[in-house]
Amino acid sequence: MRKATLFAGLVAGFSTFAFNAAQAVEIEYWQYVFDTRVKAMDQLITEFQKANPGITVKQVTFPYADYQTRVIAANMAGNGPDVMQLFYGWLDKFVAGGLLAPLPKDAFPHAKIESDFFPIVKAMKRGDDYYGLPTAVRSLALFYNKKLFTEAGLDPNNPPKTLDEYVAAAQKIAKRDASGNLIVEGSTLDMGGQDHQWWREVLIRQFGGVPYTDNDQKVAYNSEAGVKALKFYTSLQLEKKIGAAGFMDEGQAAFRGGKAGMTIDGTFRLGAFKSIKDFEWGVTELPANAQGVRSNYASYFANGISAKAKGEELEASKKFLAYITSPAAMDIWLKTVGELPALRSAALTEANLKDPIYAPFLKGLEYAHTTLFMDEAGQRQNAIDMANRVLLQGQSVEDSIKQAAAAEQEIIDSAKP
Amino acid sequence: MAAIEQQGAASGRSGGPGGTSFGDRFSMRTRRLVWVWSFLALPILFYAIIRFYPTFQAFYLSFTNWDLLRPAKFIGFANYIKLFKDPQFWKVFKNTFTYLIIGTPISLVTAFTIAFFLDRVRFMHNFIRALYFLPFLTTAAAMAWVWRWFYQPPPIGVINDVFSMLGIPQQPFIRSTDQALFSIMVTAIWAGLGFQIIIFMAGLRAIPGTFYEAARIDGLGEWAILRKITLPLLKPTTVFLVVFSSIGFLRIFDQVYNMTTNDPGGPLGSTKPLVLMIYQTAFNSYAMGYAAAQTVVLFTILLIVSLLQLWILREKK
Repeated sequence: MRKATLFAGLVAGFSTFAFNAAQAVEIEYWQYVFDTRVKAMDQLITEFQKANPGITVKQVTFPYADYQTRVIAANMAGNGPDVMQLFYGWLDKFVAGGLLAPLPKDAFPHAKIESDFFPIVKAMKRGDDYYGLPTAVRSLALFYNKKLFTEAGLDPNNPPKTLDEYVAAAQKIAKRDASGNLIVEGSTLDMGGQDHQWWREVLIRQFGGVPYTDNDQKVAYNSEAGVKALKFYTSLQLEKKIGAAGFMDEGQAAFRGGKAGMTIDGTFRLGAFKSIKDFEWGVTELPANAQGVRSNYASYFANGISAKAKGEELEASKKFLAYITSPAAMDIWLKTVGELPALRSAALTEANLKDPIYAPFLKGLEYAHTTLFMDEAGQRQNAIDMANRVLLQGQSVEDSIKQAAAAEQEIIDSAKP
Repeated sequence: MAAIEQQGAASGRSGGPGGTSFGDRFSMRTRRLVWVWSFLALPILFYAIIRFYPTFQAFYLSFTNWDLLRPAKFIGFANYIKLFKDPQFWKVFKNTFTYLIIGTPISLVTAFTIAFFLDRVRFMHNFIRALYFLPFLTTAAAMAWVWRWFYQPPPIGVINDVFSMLGIPQQPFIRSTDQALFSIMVTAIWAGLGFQIIIFMAGLRAIPGTFYEAARIDGLGEWAILRKITLPLLKPTTVFLVVFSSIGFLRIFDQVYNMTTNDPGGPLGSTKPLVLMIYQTAFNSYAMGYAAAQTVVLFTILLIVSLLQLWILREKK
């Protein structure tokens, strides 16, 4: 008798447990620590949970430097996230490691993805499958210091439109002390910042070439265009003397400190520059070449569903991913983080296009390219070294390009899964 | 010791009159040994699991192609062959030994000189000693960032500002492939100086004063006293510091990484030590097997250098 009661109790206990589990499913969302991103995601989760009472989403964050390692290690241990944020450039590695599940075609039809999102979303496609969708996208633009423009006798409401105008304006702004030391840069030069993207996806194209072919698997910049582009870039320091690599440690620091007339940087810098009190700054599109050719580099963090999410968790993850890539979520993200919406309809609104800060970045998105990095850190380092060989060691531009192209091809080949 | 004895006695008493307890069956000596070893076993076990197991694991990994994502596959000596063919490795190897071969003697000679004279200074002795020791207490990362700003070109670099006041030409320091390594080495020497001075001073104090008195009565000059008495008697201290400082330079990482975060180990790899290369191979490229092979090489170098130094500086009988 006693045994039977105990058994009944156990059964009842288990069934309530199972029942509760069916009612409330908890999924984990992972991203890296960045104050505004975490806040925006908290807000999105609250909204999502209001609309989906049965689902709770737990946000887990890690410092950026650890993030990839954590995701990979957690996957090995079998307790990773259900939905995770990833840089588009990590996709090959994550897919090869079996971390990500292809987006289910019922919930995320390809035709809709391709018509609604900016074309750079293609970087999340491998074979016939998409592996993630972005909430926000980033592009580059030219930031300029209106105070330094005025001081140099330039019109602060008419920033440079072409590369020639850019160089001319920078030369007017650059200042040196009596012993020839640079004290104000015309424009920052920082290959470790965004300049390597500017050189790779913008300058090479403006000088008539392409950085890569074969879906970015073959290095193609060991060409006349590549040489011209690097010559232009290094001449900014060596001949036109508008700036110097390493001035004030980092390009963005020089601009922030009011010691640089212009800098090329991305949407993600808006938050940091908004706190500048000493001067007014503006944003304009990256300069075109003499023929009017423009280009830009766009990138994004996408959200993907983990390969381990199954059953109810998978259903909940699909709903959550659909929500965080909806126009409403993008609006919250834009207001909190300052990154541009990834959906055309949410981005190209009249208000955004009239906004003096967002508009140049949005225009850039229309003609932007996205490099399909195989080893982002390695390829960036390779570009830094390429410029340094010319700037610090006096190697000829032709030799440096040749060496860089060979080295980068090796990086790409060895990173192939 | 007293505590151990007491404990041993206590456990003997608790055995009671039955006479079959642990306490009564063994001698005092055995009981004490068991007691001591039961305490020692814990750290030994802990050390074996935390230190030795991963070390052996690293040896095994160095023969695999593990990349965190896929299961490790045994590939024999492929990682080592790749390593010895990698020009970057040889550059890093050269950098590491430059840190070691130039850094260790300079830091020891400087530390000894300061300790030798500081030992004689009475005025504000403790204060001066504290000043020298202060950098050793500070986080390496914080110091590296301060030095990084000191080394900047004008208008923000303090050192270059002083140079321009004195009419000395501006120096690129960490932006130059020739100067960067030495610029970083100086900060590492400076950071470790305090510790070495304290140890040298303790060594100097340990030399009995009677030796010096006898030498002076015999009319020995200062230089002779230094050479014949101080240096030979200071040998155990010196051996310890040489080994300690060498290992420090062979494992240099914090200063380099923090002073060159925009281009780690740069410019153009001119400051990159082996540990930074291991870090990048493991945590930027996720080539764990390859990184393990580099670690094994570093381990071997550390072992050889330490044994070599102990052998060279051994007591000659």
